[in-house]
Amino acid sequence: MKRFFIIVALTFFYSGFSQDCNNIFLGELIDFHDKTPIIGATIYIKTLDKYTTSDIDGKFKIENLCNGSLTLIISHVGCETKTLTYEINGDIYKLIDLEHHIEELNEVSIKTQGNKKETLTAQETIINSEALKKYSSLSLGDALKEVPGVSSINTGNTIVKPMVNGMHSSRLLIVNNNVRLQDQEWGIEHAPSIDINSANQISVIKGSGALQYGGDAIGGVIVINPVRVILKDTLYGKTAINGQTNGRGYNITSSLNKTFQSGWFANVQGTVKQNGDFEAPDYVLTNTGINSQGFTINGGKKTFESGFEVFYSYLNNEIGILRSAHIGNIRDLVDAINSQEPFIVEDFSYDINSPKQEITHHLAKALYYKRFKNFGKLNLQYDYQNNQRFEFDVRVGEDRDTPALDLNLQTHTIMADVVLDANLKRKVTFGFMGRYQNNFANPDTGVRRLIPDYDKYDFGVYGTTEWVINDDLTLDAGLRYDFNRIDAKKFYQISRWNERGYNADFADIIIDDLGTQLLTNPVFDYHNISASVGVMHNLNDDSYLLANYGLSSRPPNPSELFSDGLHHSAARIELGDLRLNQEISNRISLTYNLSKSKFNLNIDAFYNRINDFMYLRPSGIEQTIRGAFPVWEFTQTNAAFFGMDLSTSYAFTNNFQWSNLSAFIKAKDTKESQAIIDIPAFNTNNTITFTKPEWNNFSASLKSEWVFEQNEFPDFNFETFIASTNETILVDISTPPPAYHLLHFYSEATFPISKKVALNVGLSINNLLDTNYRTYLNRLRYFADDLGRNIMLQLQLNY
Amino acid sequence: MKTLKISFLTLLASLFIVSCSSDDDNPDPVNEEEVITTLRLTLTPQGGGANVVMLSQDLDGDGPNPPVVTNADLTAGVTYNGTVQVLNELETPAENITLEVAQEDDEHQFFYEFTGSANSSFAYADTDGNGDPVGITITLTAGTASTGNTLTVTLIHEPIKDAAGVSNGDITNAGGETDVEVTFTYNVN
Repeated sequence: MKRFFIIVALTFFYSGFSQDCNNIFLGELIDFHDKTPIIGATIYIKTLDKYTTSDIDGKFKIENLCNGSLTLIISHVGCETKTLTYEINGDIYKLIDLEHHIEELNEVSIKTQGNKKETLTAQETIINSEALKKYSSLSLGDALKEVPGVSSINTGNTIVKPMVNGMHSSRLLIVNNNVRLQDQEWGIEHAPSIDINSANQISVIKGSGALQYGGDAIGGVIVINPVRVILKDTLYGKTAINGQTNGRGYNITSSLNKTFQSGWFANVQGTVKQNGDFEAPDYVLTNTGINSQGFTINGGKKTFESGFEVFYSYLNNEIGILRSAHIGNIRDLVDAINSQEPFIVEDFSYDINSPKQEITHHLAKALYYKRFKNFGKLNLQYDYQNNQRFEFDVRVGEDRDTPALDLNLQTHTIMADVVLDANLKRKVTFGFMGRYQNNFANPDTGVRRLIPDYDKYDFGVYGTTEWVINDDLTLDAGLRYDFNRIDAKKFYQISRWNERGYNADFADIIIDDLGTQLLTNPVFDYHNISASVGVMHNLNDDSYLLANYGLSSRPPNPSELFSDGLHHSAARIELGDLRLNQEISNRISLTYNLSKSKFNLNIDAFYNRINDFMYLRPSGIEQTIRGAFPVWEFTQTNAAFFGMDLSTSYAFTNNFQWSNLSAFIKAKDTKESQAIIDIPAFNTNNTITFTKPEWNNFSASLKSEWVFEQNEFPDFNFETFIASTNETILVDISTPPPAYHLLHFYSEATFPISKKVALNVGLSINNLLDTNYRTYLNRLRYFADDLGRNIMLQLQLNY
Repeated sequence: MKTLKISFLTLLASLFIVSCSSDDDNPDPVNEEEVITTLRLTLTPQGGGANVVMLSQDLDGDGPNPPVVTNADLTAGVTYNGTVQVLNELETPAENITLEVAQEDDEHQFFYEFTGSANSSFAYADTDGNGDPVGITITLTAGTASTGNTLTVTLIHEPIKDAAGVSNGDITNAGGETDVEVTFTYNVN
């Protein structure tokens, strides 16, 4: 107000002398988001070809102006350059907004594709596009293993599910361009529907620290981001062609990005991939090929103050499953375990026959945001996902080409959030999420539904805050509430209904009695509270500590509630339980990070205590006309996970670097005093890298991957009577395979072709020594060895 | 900007329309196909006499109820002509899956395995297009008088018929996957 009076007074004072070329322009530069003055900005007065700068109050004065138009170009470090034109007719005062915190605040960038963390105090690791390009022909799950503590649970080598600190499937949230992936992630043999080539940056957040994405991330959150929009008139893109010897596969991926300084942008990206049968060192893995096509398009206008984006992605995967892994009963499983080689080994082929999966995933989203002066930012988003999954079993007669599983999952989500960042030291975010999901299980399969038809309603609200106490201390905290309702229509065989005891507990949900089966309408509501608090403390210039506590709550997924039937590849009957309630996780984590010029060290340690942890455990044996099958049922216990992930690197010289990634985890069922199943064993990766920037950015590295034998596992072995030989034998499904050691080689160089075009050539050899091995976390380990040597050549053109 | 707002409202509206349009229609029960509920082995004495029928019936499939097995006794020294039938009795009338097996006989084979002191044995009485046995019809020799013998009948889908011993009825190297596996207990009188 005071300032205003001065200006008014000044205006009055000078107005009397106002002549043609005696006008004064008084400007004041302030920061858009928090109203602080912008000091030392360069103001180029185009019409006069003169420069001036703003003073300590953000003000500047231009004197002796003639009537007419005045063009100013205002620039400042870290700000977007602004061009303004005024009509001068007498003295004038203008308040000009610039934004000084674009990089901190926004999704647009005025510089480059900087890495942007999602969280402050959580254990977060970023994989950038440079590291991702190696995985162009592989999958998301393969790429994430760049992060210590991240492994994968596989079905063969093409269905790769990421695993963070021993947790996977519903315990991990996968977020693609701010959309939480809804792709029937509950199943171990359901790989995430993501084309790795559409990702520009991936953040792996261990634990539930990123509350804005959901409160049920007991294991962690994986955030996949496409390229950021740069406010520059530019057109760029890249095309990569890969060929590999194992599977005789190729893939081509290409992307083109157009951006304008005005904020308009458009990106397209597409990938085609084909692989035939992969090979273990000693034999062909018949029917393990994959065909994949995907593309993404997005466009919109993003500026600092407002913007919108529309995004669409499509992915179609046809994935063959090892033919020998399709078995009929326990005797087949015993035969497979005892046989050193798979029963069916045929010559190499690109054909994909049953058993196989065909998955199509569509994702469409629309986003709008607006920033308000001295307040913050409002985001609105709607997204729609359609996930269609077909699974083809080996069947006979007319049903040969009918899928045994045909599920269609549709999800609509609306989200709104407000980020109050006028004071960057006291940032607050509020958000709301509403989601409707419908699952349709097509009855034309002729096979009883594995997952029933259901409607699901989710509603969430959250608030998070970040407090910068001083240069060395930052706190963050968050609280979230989620409501989930699942409303299913499920058929139960009456024999199963009674055997589960549902006739006593759930008689009221029966809506129809069909003689041998019942139609029921289970409706369950879950209320979930999740919270997180954390601190980041800079010890000195080279090191910092992070500490975080997270509370998260995950309701049972449809598979845990409703599974009901024979799982062919596992030769077991899997049963859900309507009585399950949420599992609650309390996770404490501590990180120490040291970054010296030659030496880097990061230690992530955690303890995760999960009450009512849901898992599958064997409960008995049932006889059917196919033979005897073990029954595995979902049950709840208390579990404790703890572990440490280590990442170290040391530069011996400018050219030689050594790095190590190691992860150690222990997981106990504290009620039963036994180990938890499917926990990765200690593993350590050492890499020696030679780099020579003078030689066209040449680098070569040799990596040693050493995975120990898992000695801690629950003994779920069982005995079965083989009538034909009149003997009882032990079926060893629990003992993990022995330790293994693999060597991998990677080398690359970049050759400039013209001023703007560069060719990057990468050669990698996985499993250099063609070692035979099986991994504990591969569900097909009973049937065949893992992959043999694979030589991959990648040509990537950046333009 | 205005069009943007409108498009957003449209999107929101469509969301509600979709969520409300989920009708209350109940899902159709699945008409289970290619399920085998029943295996019936009919043995006809070559010298004449009453048929012997062994039957295993599992009407709830993968459900908790075990199959109901009807055993029958054989007569010492008699050779029987055997015919096996697999049925889906969840359909009315029952679907005879043996017909499908016969149609795709090169991809199927029945195996008959004996234990006990009767020393019963069998021989295949049919072949597929490649001259390999199928096992829908067999001859079965009862052997000597004894009690507590077992016969396990297994139907394998996609066996490796040219693997060692498979054409003689040895299941060891057959591979493939088991569609049916039932065990009968019998005495030889």
